[in-house]
This record gives sequence, C-alpha cells and structure tokens, in this order.
Amino acid sequence: MQFSMKGITLGVAATIALFGCGKKEEPQQAAPAPAPQTAAPAPAAKPEMVVRIGHVAPLTGPIAHLGKDNENGARLAIEDANAQKIEIDGKIIKFELMGEDDQADPKVGTVVAQKLVDAKVAGVVGHLNSGTTIPASKIYADAGIPQISPSATNPKYTQQGFKTAFRVMANDVQQGSVDGTFLVKELGAKKIAIIDDRTAYGQGLADEVEKAAKAAGAEIVAREFTNDKATDFKAILTKIKSKRPDAIFHGGMDATGGPMLKQMKELGIKAKFMTGDGGCTPEIVKLAGDASEGIYCTQAGLPVDKLPNGQKFVEDFTKKYGQIQIYAPYSYDAAMVLIDSMKRANSADPAKYLPEVGKTSYNGVTGKIEFDEKGDVKNGAITVFTIKGGKLETVAVHGGSAPVAAAAPAAEPQKEEAKK
Amino acid sequence: MDILLQQLINGVTLGAVYALVALGYTMVYGIIGLINFAHGEVVMIGAMVAFTVITSLAAHTQLPPLLILLIGLVVAAPTCMLLGYGLERLAYRPLRHAPRLTPLITAIGMSIVLQNVAMIIWGRNYINFPQMIDKTSYHIGNALITNVQVAILFLSALTMVGLMWLVYRTKLGTAMRATAQDQMVAGLMGVNINRVIAAAFVIGSALAALAGLMVGTYYEIAHYQMGFMLGLKAFTAAVLGGIGNLAGAMAGGLLLGIIEALGAGYIGDLTGGFLGSHYQDIFAFFVLITVLVFRPSGLLGERVGERA
Repeated sequence: MQFSMKGITLGVAATIALFGCGKKEEPQQAAPAPAPQTAAPAPAAKPEMVVRIGHVAPLTGPIAHLGKDNENGARLAIEDANAQKIEIDGKIIKFELMGEDDQADPKVGTVVAQKLVDAKVAGVVGHLNSGTTIPASKIYADAGIPQISPSATNPKYTQQGFKTAFRVMANDVQQGSVDGTFLVKELGAKKIAIIDDRTAYGQGLADEVEKAAKAAGAEIVAREFTNDKATDFKAILTKIKSKRPDAIFHGGMDATGGPMLKQMKELGIKAKFMTGDGGCTPEIVKLAGDASEGIYCTQAGLPVDKLPNGQKFVEDFTKKYGQIQIYAPYSYDAAMVLIDSMKRANSADPAKYLPEVGKTSYNGVTGKIEFDEKGDVKNGAITVFTIKGGKLETVAVHGGSAPVAAAAPAAEPQKEEAKK
Repeated sequence: MDILLQQLINGVTLGAVYALVALGYTMVYGIIGLINFAHGEVVMIGAMVAFTVITSLAAHTQLPPLLILLIGLVVAAPTCMLLGYGLERLAYRPLRHAPRLTPLITAIGMSIVLQNVAMIIWGRNYINFPQMIDKTSYHIGNALITNVQVAILFLSALTMVGLMWLVYRTKLGTAMRATAQDQMVAGLMGVNINRVIAAAFVIGSALAALAGLMVGTYYEIAHYQMGFMLGLKAFTAAVLGGIGNLAGAMAGGLLLGIIEALGAGYIGDLTGGFLGSHYQDIFAFFVLITVLVFRPSGLLGERVGERA
C-alpha cells in the first residue's frame, strides 16, 4: 500500500511538473515585412529562429544541488552562444533552454524525456544519473534526437547501440579500475569493504572497483548495500567493522557519503575511505565535517584548475551561480558540442546535424572532445583527489585528452604525482 | 558478541525515534481512526525550525550549547503544535464525517504540501545540522555508545512515561480515552470532542518536534524529504505494535529498530550471501506481515478499529 502512495505522490508531482512549465511562445519571426523606413533602408534585420535545447537533471530530492549545478552549466553555454549571435541557414539563432526535473527517478526520467520529444527540442543535455539516462536514451533514440550526458558514467548507456547517445565524461569501467587499483597499489589495502547504493551508478561503479581490486590482489571482505535516500548506515558499518577492512569504498553520492563518514567516526572505524565522482564534491566536506579529512575520491575528468580553458569558465560560472559542485563544466561542454554540431551542419534539424555530433572535434572547457564509435568520449581522464583542510586536492591524474595546442605532455597515459 | 551488542545499541536508538513518531500516529488513529500521513512532515518541520533557531543562536550568541538546544526545542515544539492544530482544524475537521478514504487522501495531500513549503523555505540541499554536543563515546565491552544516543534513549523513555501519565492519570487523558471508545456518548457526557481531538494532534506534534530535534542532532543532517521515510517506518511500527495502542507503538518502534539493525547486520551471513543488506527492509516487513497474519490487531492491539 505504501508504495502505491509513493506512486500517487510521484504522479501528482509529475503532473505539476508537466503543467507548471507552460507553453513557450512559438519562434517569433522578425516583423513579417520590414516596416518601410523613410530614410535609406537599413540592411534588413536577419530573421530570428528559436532553437530549444532540453536539459534534464534532478532539481528536487537529495541530489538537487548537483542537478542545479548541471543545469546552470548548460544555461551558461546557451547564454554564451546567444551572445555570439550564431547564424545557421541564414537565420540568427536564439537558443532556449528547457530545463526539466527527473527527480533522479527512472520513471519520471522517461516521462520528462517524452515531454521534451513532444516539445520538439533540437537536442538534449542530460540526464545527470545513469539510472535515468539509460531508460530515457531509448526515447531520444526513437525520436532521433541527439543526447549528450555530462555525467552518466554507467557503461551501459553507450553500449545499447543508439546513434543518438553520447557522453562527455569517462565511464565507470575507466573510473572503477582506477579506484580499485589505487586502493590496492597506492593505499596498500589488502582487505576492502565495498558499499553501494543500488543505483545504476553506484552499483555499476562498485562492481568495477571490486573487479579491479581483486585483479590487483586484494580481498573483498564485505559487500554491503544501502539506498540513495538512507541516512542511517550504522548497521552495515558495524558489520563492516567486524571484518576489519583496511579500506572502504562507497559507490554513491555525497548525500549518503557525508553521514556515512560521520557514523564511521562514531563507531571508531579507522579504515581508509574512498568514493567515486558522486561523492567528490565540496558538499561532502560540508556534510561530513572533520570526518571527511583524509578521504580519497575520484572524478571522471580533469580537476577544474587543470581544465585547459577552465579559468574563464570558473570565473564566469562562479560570478553568476556560485561555487561549482562538480559536473557544470561538462554540461557546459555538452551543450556547446550540440551547438557546434548544428553550426557545422548548418541546420538545427536533429536528423541533419546528428551525423555531425559523432564527428565532433571540439576544444571545450574540459579538454578536446572527440567521440568514439559508441559515443563515449575519447581519452576521458580520471583524477584522484584527497581532502585536506576541507579542500579537494589533486593526488594523481590518469589518462586524459591532450590539452589544447602545445601544452600536451608525452602521449603516454601519463600519471603525474602532483602532490603539493 | 560485541558486534551483536553494537547492533542492538544501533537498533534501540533508531527504534526510540521510531517509537516517538509512532506515538503521534497511534494517538490520532486511536481517537478518530485517521492515519495522519502528514505526521512525518511535522517531524521534518520540527527539525527544520530547530535547525534555524540553533544555527542563528550559535552564530550570534555565546549561550551554552545545551541551552541553545533547549531553546531550539522550545521554539520548535510550539511551532509544530500550532501546525498540528492547523492541520486538524483546516484539513481534517471539515471531513470528519466524510468516508474514511477522503481524510486519508487529504493527509497525503497535506504531506506533499508541507514538503514543498519546506523546500521553498529551507531549500533543496541537505542542511548540515550544527554539532552542538561534542560526541563522546563510551565503551560497553567493545561496543560504542555515544552521549547523544544515551540522551535520545533517556529523553524518549521520559517522554513516553510522561505520555502514559497524561493519558491514564489526568482528566484530559480520561476524556481522550472516552472519545476513543465512543465519540457520541463521550459528547453526551459533556466531553468537548473537538477539543480532545485537537489535543491529540497537538500532543502528537510536540512529540514529533522532539523527534525531529533528536534525528537532527543524531545524524547531523536535515532535508525537506527526511520526514517521508521516517513517517512510513513509524507508521509500520505503530501497526506492528497494534495501532491505537500507546504501549504498542513504543514496543513496535523499538522492535522495528532492532529488526532493521539485526537484519542489515546478519542477513548476508545467514543466507550465505544470497540476500544482502539491501534486503534489510524485507526483514521489517516480513515480521510485520507475520504479526498481522497471526494477530491482525498488532502485537498489543486489543480491539480492531471498526469505527466509521
């Protein structure tokens, strides 16, 4: 019974979301006939065309702060593109962002995806979570609308054979193997406990970490589970404590990682702690306080201060929206890649510019973006961080696209020890 | 053995909070037969109001931390009581003679409204509850118990004793029990039904405020959706103990907390890894179903609520 209650809640919420946004005006063509001017006729104003780009992320619920971050990244891209007065097919394009909320819920994710398709968006940036991105990708694929996720890292997303699915971030196979190897080789962990939140992201990442850690010779002493809305982890942590692991890996977001770290401290667990990109945010420091000191985490992608064109982006973004949580640079690039492909195809028609997305070679904020045949970004970087004095500090960078122009170091998969 | 003890400590603390919230469900159900699904949200509002008071006092004054917590409670409790009264007066009283489903749906609606109001006021992000008490851990054998856990257990026990005294030893309590037995006859005997029902909501909301403050201090985190799951679990606890029965709500809460902790801790080992800790809720609901099959009115429930 209780579950159907939740269904009702969601249903109502979805209805509100559906109607809340209202209708956008149809593209305003410039005044039909240029009003006859008495003086010398000025060059006729170019007609304007509105192109809508969809963006989907959870804007409510436990990770709404990350969702808003993504949306702001895409919004900044749209504003920058509008400022350039991009011309496609003889018309000045005015881009509009249609931001939708999927509540990090796969069911809602497909509903809003269909909504965007019905609204005839030209392309979609999103979704944030793997769990929502994968089911929604089928809807976009059927409609032939290009979709670029800035943050869905589950490998399955691009393995379904959809021509419309792309991502601008390294996937969990890459991240998980870096994490698993790092735990064993760099932190010297022989016994590892793994917790995941049973979402497509958390579970997928934790599975890859388990594989990599085993391959590196460690023993997995406990594999425990929670959910993405839980706040009490004492029962599973107590069990883990009894297995005396050297390190604990958490496949989940910062919203669960924060309280988990505090409860580890209360239970006197001294094992090292590592988590993936979902927990690699300034927010986890806020939520865990002192308990976050000395933990390790990875982000798919380069650290913001190492982003090739990061400086200007960070300044612009912080000025408008405040601190970057994590994925905003990627959602900025995802939107820019869509716009860039439209420019090259000289059309905002999904059917016409879709082939161009695959051929992208774009110098973005996060590096050079090129896609492989599946739609995964080539040479996605993985960065390992530790938290020191409440700040994320880079420990090592694995892989990564060669930054623009000459700054590229040796082509070897470099691994620089940048410990400051 | 130490692990078992630690799991019991984890479970009892969690259970004490469930029990406090379950009392609010069970009191209202016992009197008017309504499952007040907005009760979890009252807990959330209690936590949020306490959070606002505590953070601003901690930032601007030099008062001792315990006093700040107390002021937080003193502000949060009346706010929640007012909210509980308002819910009853505006949302439920006009529907008192409507079919049972109507107030139930209204309760779910109020729950959504309160969540969204809280989201507008306090934002979507997790709120970091300021740490007012330095957590110290005491050893019992090799198990650890923090001073916050001790405080939660002590305060819950005290509150429950107080509530029992109120219901069984005061005039208001007698009136409440009379109203629960038969509203019309109680009314004919000179009991002001409306006031008694409102009192049940107000008292339940005060307990909810206390529970909200406890959850906030214990997990040091608050969120506008924190009441939903907590309310659901507390409702389960109330049904487990026998809804409408005060002692049952307490027993059900403690039992549920312990079952969850032990379930999460041992289910993997017991089934040889076949079921993992993600099935911890199965334990709780399995026990619930078993109890309901053999004792449909719950563990301590005597009469089945068959009022319209």
